[in-house]
Amino acid sequence: MMNEKRSHPMLKVEDIHISFGALKALNGVSLEIQKGEILAIIGPNGAGKTTLVNVINGVYHPSQGRIFFGDKDLTTMRPHYIAALGIARTFQNVALFKGMTVLDNILVGRNLGMRSSFFSQGIYWGFSQKEEVRHREAVERVIDWLEIEHIRKTPAGMLPYGLQKRVELGRALAAEPKLLLLDEPMAGMNLEEKEDIARFILDANEELGTTIALIEHDMGVVMDISDRVVVLDFGEKIGQETPEEIRRNEKVIKAYLGTATLK
Amino acid sequence: MPLNQDVFFNYPAKASTLPQILLDNVRKYPKDKVAIREKDLGIWQSYSWHHYYENTKKFALGLASLGFQRGDRLSVIGDNRPQLYWAQMAALCLGGIPVPLYQDAIEKELEYIIEHSEAKFIVAEDQEQVDKMLALKEKVSSMQMIIYDDPRGMRHYNQPFIKSFTEVQTLGLNFGKDHPDFFEQEVQKGKGEDTALIAYTSGTTGNPKGVVLTHSNLLTNVRLISKAEEYRDADQVMAYLPMAWIGDSIYSLAMLLDIGFTINCPEAATTVLRDMREIGPTVVFCPPRIWENILATVRVKMEDAAWMKQKMFAFFINVAQRVSTHQLKHQAVPLGLRLLYALGEFLVYGPLRDNLGMRKIRYAYTAGAALGPEVFQFYRSIGVNLKQVYGLTETSALCTYQPDDDVKLETVGIPCPGIEIKIGEGGEVLIKSPGVFQGYYKNPEATSEALKEGWLHTGDAGIIDKDKHVIIIDRAKDVSTLANGTIFAPQFIENKLKFSPYIKEAVILGQGREYVAAMINIDLGTVGNWAERRNIGYTSYADLSQKTEVYDLIFHEVKKVNASLGNEVQLRDAQIKRYLILHKELDPDDAEVTRTRKIRRGFIAQKYADIIDALYSGKEGVNVETKITYEDGRTATIRAFLRIREGETLQEKTK
Repeated sequence: MMNEKRSHPMLKVEDIHISFGALKALNGVSLEIQKGEILAIIGPNGAGKTTLVNVINGVYHPSQGRIFFGDKDLTTMRPHYIAALGIARTFQNVALFKGMTVLDNILVGRNLGMRSSFFSQGIYWGFSQKEEVRHREAVERVIDWLEIEHIRKTPAGMLPYGLQKRVELGRALAAEPKLLLLDEPMAGMNLEEKEDIARFILDANEELGTTIALIEHDMGVVMDISDRVVVLDFGEKIGQETPEEIRRNEKVIKAYLGTATLK
Repeated sequence: MPLNQDVFFNYPAKASTLPQILLDNVRKYPKDKVAIREKDLGIWQSYSWHHYYENTKKFALGLASLGFQRGDRLSVIGDNRPQLYWAQMAALCLGGIPVPLYQDAIEKELEYIIEHSEAKFIVAEDQEQVDKMLALKEKVSSMQMIIYDDPRGMRHYNQPFIKSFTEVQTLGLNFGKDHPDFFEQEVQKGKGEDTALIAYTSGTTGNPKGVVLTHSNLLTNVRLISKAEEYRDADQVMAYLPMAWIGDSIYSLAMLLDIGFTINCPEAATTVLRDMREIGPTVVFCPPRIWENILATVRVKMEDAAWMKQKMFAFFINVAQRVSTHQLKHQAVPLGLRLLYALGEFLVYGPLRDNLGMRKIRYAYTAGAALGPEVFQFYRSIGVNLKQVYGLTETSALCTYQPDDDVKLETVGIPCPGIEIKIGEGGEVLIKSPGVFQGYYKNPEATSEALKEGWLHTGDAGIIDKDKHVIIIDRAKDVSTLANGTIFAPQFIENKLKFSPYIKEAVILGQGREYVAAMINIDLGTVGNWAERRNIGYTSYADLSQKTEVYDLIFHEVKKVNASLGNEVQLRDAQIKRYLILHKELDPDDAEVTRTRKIRRGFIAQKYADIIDALYSGKEGVNVETKITYEDGRTATIRAFLRIREGETLQEKTK
């Protein structure tokens, strides 16, 4: 199973440098994401993890280095082009439209697949009607999959935090991405909620075949569900191995897990 | 799939089994008459009688191709889904017997039932249920095949004995090509006296017992009730109660076929009330705790409403109550009150019913346990035609009912025409009815205790009043006597306590003791809400239950109940003198209550022996360590210190 996953690099990040004023956020980071794997990106706060995801996503453009998705060069693309290529993401602090219902929020994830024009959508006739039904069905499948039927019509802003994160996951999944970037999907959740989200991530990977890269602080989750782990510290990659190997990597332990765990 | 014309249209006119009625229905109803709906992917998917028939036939032929024989048992486990109903019908069509299971039952219970009934085929709704069955496959030799409906998560299950519902239907299609008349011939072989169901009752003592019911039992009972209450084929019924409960077998299988109405399966357990609102059912069946919960939710929501609305609500509910009190006594309602009621209908009752999805209700029922008269009156007063009914699994469900113009709050009604009820020795209710069961499966001793000289001994204590209404007091063996000779029914007092929105469950003690004491479960939702509004923080149910303020709150509720008891001479001594609040809810998984939430007193007396001792030895409180069981069978221990308080009783006034 591992060999299968190693053979196709889906995303190649080569020697990325980016600074914000005097702060060097990423200093020559290179990594590969294999097709079909779950890759965890870990590191202390401020290590540059979210910056890395933002760079892949097109929100920031690096000052140096390149990013390849298959054979496409993403380095200077705008975020919506990158999304159209099949990369979806979630945000650390939940970026849902608070006034819109859960259903509408997830429908937004289908936006790039909507072909009918502004006017024909307004008149809601023929093609745009068929298209809407098709998208609605896809969204309902996501809702069914994430078990959120009971809050389908609730405005997203009224939901508890854990459910908002789940809805955001739904929005990303509705876009049927090839690569899914999750920024701290488990932040602020209790054990039961974490187990639920972990299950959804694993199901998305196994059932839907989605490649997943997730930034996460909960070591238990990282060790349990990821195939490989990339460790960042002060904008540099200090390790890229399987969870078991990372656990024994002294550099990682010192930088991140603390010297007390060196046993 | 083409219908076999000859066999189908030359069908004997008198259908005496459920499958034979199915074939009748397909013939007589128009192509678009909906038999069953399911909300799936956000929209209501409808299945006509034709679809019902097709799906059942394909599945039945599939079962036949996999070796299902006449008389074989087929279990279903899961939420209410058309596929699980078709599976039960398919078994019936082939002369087999459905044995439905409770979807929240734990492994031990399931093992017992599947083993005892020798179920060969299990139809499970989804991965969760399949996993439960897989865990049992080694231990239960009769289990041959597990069939699942929802494919989610089933990718890696490739054992040969696990198949999907659609796979089985495809096998059926092919089998049908080679055996074109097989299905209709098997249906024709069925007779009224064939067993149609083995329903296991969750016993309050010991292992569940399998109640054997024939097609005749079910159909006759259905026909008796539907003559008494006029059901029509245009009625809409929600199918959301466990399929293992006899009420569902009656309404969603037997009655569905015989009367031809439509049943509606909600999307998920969490969306039932919302889905009910979308359908607007005309016949509704809820166990008492759902009626209680809905009322509690209404009250909680009203406490958060604007001042004007609160005042309006309080005023008009009071009006409604006064009107309803007149009506229940068959008195004329004064004009002024009637006008106010009409205004209330426009402002409060109509919108409230609409909000609860109860606008189109023709008949609403409560059964399974006693419903507090106050809750009962609330619904009647706002225009919901709620009636109490009574019956047992052993009588194919309903035996008594209340005609629309003859509703009394404390009774369960008059016997359905065709059914005889009398009170036997020791006040036990005895029933004679064509719906009475054949016996307990593989349990002749229990059968001979229950069926004597043509009468069913129900084990319930009751009386028949002057209007021929039956009043159920309690389980005969639970009726208790205090040390001073006062007789009281624990359930009667428990119901009074449970009328309070803050009390979810209560156990009344006192058999052979000096006084009555109570162990109370608070309702986490309402009490939590109440606490939050008073800025009382709490971490868990156990923590909340022991707060002084909560004890004070419950003190007032106990005082109210005592006042009502104190007003009756015979029950004056049965007032609650001491009470405590339990740190955990009584749970069927811990065997403290049955799956239908009936209290298992014997077991509780054992498990909570030290708490009960403390209640009767004047102590201030007691330390407890309780073992609990999670749904997957794991156990854990909770520790708490339970406080005990004196209840305020109503003292006899000297004249």
